[in-house]
Amino acid sequence: MMSTLTVPAMQLAGRNDNFWADAGSKLGGAAVAIVIFLAVVGLLMFFADRAPKKGRDFIQLTLFVAPALVLLATGLIWPAVQTIWQSVTDRDGTWVGFDNFQVVFTDPTMLTVLRNTVIWVLIVPVASTAIGLAYAVFIDRSKGEKVLKSLVFMPMAISMVGASIIWGFMYTYRAEGFDQIGFLNQVLVWLGGTPHQFLNVPPWNTFFLILVFVWIQTGFAMVVLSAAIKGVPAELHEAASLDGASGWQRFWSVTVPWIRGALVVVLTTITIATLKVFDIVRTMTGGQFETSVIANEMYSRAFRLGQPAIGAALAVVLFVMVIPIIVYNVRTLRQHREVR
Amino acid sequence: MSTPTPPRTELDADLGGIEAAEEPKAKRVKKRLTSRGATAAAIVIAILWTIPTFGLAISSFRPEREVKTTGWWTIFENWGWTLDNYNTILFESGASSASLGSYFVNSFVITIPTTIFVLALALMAAYAFAWIPFRGASWLFVMVFALQIVPLQMALIPLLRIFNYDWIDISGTFAAVWVAHTIFGLPLAIFLLHNFISEIPRDVMEAAKVDGSSHTQTFTRIVLPLSVPAIASLAIFQFLWVWNDLLVALVFSGGTVKTAPLTQRLAEFAGDRGSDWQLLTAAAFVSIIVPLIVFFSLQRYFVRGLLAGSTKG
Repeated sequence: MMSTLTVPAMQLAGRNDNFWADAGSKLGGAAVAIVIFLAVVGLLMFFADRAPKKGRDFIQLTLFVAPALVLLATGLIWPAVQTIWQSVTDRDGTWVGFDNFQVVFTDPTMLTVLRNTVIWVLIVPVASTAIGLAYAVFIDRSKGEKVLKSLVFMPMAISMVGASIIWGFMYTYRAEGFDQIGFLNQVLVWLGGTPHQFLNVPPWNTFFLILVFVWIQTGFAMVVLSAAIKGVPAELHEAASLDGASGWQRFWSVTVPWIRGALVVVLTTITIATLKVFDIVRTMTGGQFETSVIANEMYSRAFRLGQPAIGAALAVVLFVMVIPIIVYNVRTLRQHREVR
Repeated sequence: MSTPTPPRTELDADLGGIEAAEEPKAKRVKKRLTSRGATAAAIVIAILWTIPTFGLAISSFRPEREVKTTGWWTIFENWGWTLDNYNTILFESGASSASLGSYFVNSFVITIPTTIFVLALALMAAYAFAWIPFRGASWLFVMVFALQIVPLQMALIPLLRIFNYDWIDISGTFAAVWVAHTIFGLPLAIFLLHNFISEIPRDVMEAAKVDGSSHTQTFTRIVLPLSVPAIASLAIFQFLWVWNDLLVALVFSGGTVKTAPLTQRLAEFAGDRGSDWQLLTAAAFVSIIVPLIVFFSLQRYFVRGLLAGSTKG
């Protein structure tokens, strides 16, 4: 045991390539970048502070707000406008109208992509929220609530690429008669079934990809809803109990109406995340076996297959799907600000 | 009080929300909806949610032959542990090896500066939106808020083109990844910090103004120190978000060992060596270990940030 443990340490110390020199220079570069950035910000603040009284407020305002706004304008707004433009033109910039969108909405592969995206959006938010809410209610004020929460919340912290490998391993397939190394296939065998190629057989493979995202998002729903549940006044529950309401009835007539706001936030947040889902599909199937979704297809077309116009059209479709949620959220924000 | 109640730790209260801690204990017990059945269901969910990561962790320490022929749940019958998998994926060099060691460094080189850039710029903008009255402030703020929902996909191709301009030409360098991540992180950061900074009592800010403080002085002497909790929460978010990202890395890092992060290499490796589970499990574990450490040690800030972001929207 001792010898196997020391091998990596020895290799670490005696590496013959320039790993450490390389790592050092990269980290040094990062440190220099941070120092320069903070020095520039500091200096600008210093000079803005010394600016002549007249116009000082304006100079300071510009200093505070301009860097962020310039970055957002050049890195998000302007590119978004260009993407929209690119989606209605061809390579040379001549107007092609909705040709690219026609491809998106008629091509058979594209229709599968759209169908998959709709399935994702229909299942993930509802499933994650339902499981998260149930779990939050079950463990509310129980012994070990903290630990139980951490366990379900933990997938939120890790990358979707990591999660994809974790679940890829769960789904691993070995032919019938061999020892299974994927846990889910082992469960199938234990139950008397035959092993299944989870990721290769449409249309069910999409559901097995969706399961991975539900696994990730449930923790988010649970934590937010749990905090909301704790805000339900005890008096309401007491009054309901006196009226003879069971736990189940109190849940629907007291808890759910009270946490309605939090439920909406959770559902919309997860819906947006689901629309943009990319990493899981990319890592687990690469979009093969009819599992592609809009975000993955957009990447493939624009950066792998040399079809930036189709990619742009897909990005615009994604944007249009998000618009209702943006409008809703901006409205809520406006109301919230007016109250204050 | 006759009913014994489970002791609540500090972290427990944090995770559970502040309101709960203020109620009398007797009421809390009455309010409980839980029953034996519910507890059992909760434990089942908790186990289901933990099994996949647990199996991965176990497998990453098993020898190749065992991983490839037996399930990790048979570890007691097929006993055997090794660190070879980690040695191979981290340090072995060669064309088909993972060389995750270098990518691990890259992930830090990408993540740490980005987190600082976003926080600094967002703090300044959030302060301006909250406390410097100017025309169009409200409209601009709503615009920034709406931007956080715009899909990244909208910006990828044109931004890459900008990075390729002759006079910028940072495509495929760390600078490109830093700038892209900073831009994409700003909307949410500005929104969250604005929520926090605008809650600073007006009296405090007025007092500073009466003392003759300029905006830069108020910002550095009052706003920054008071915002430390919000900064901590957001720093964790930003760190995890950038560390775990794949899309931005794929598009802007150039995909080589010079600049690409762990996630990028891991996704590629899963494609190339998809059946070498002893290596893949170890590689995945290397990529999730840093987020897990951050998560378990700073969970309370993480949760606080999450709640601030989702309940005030």
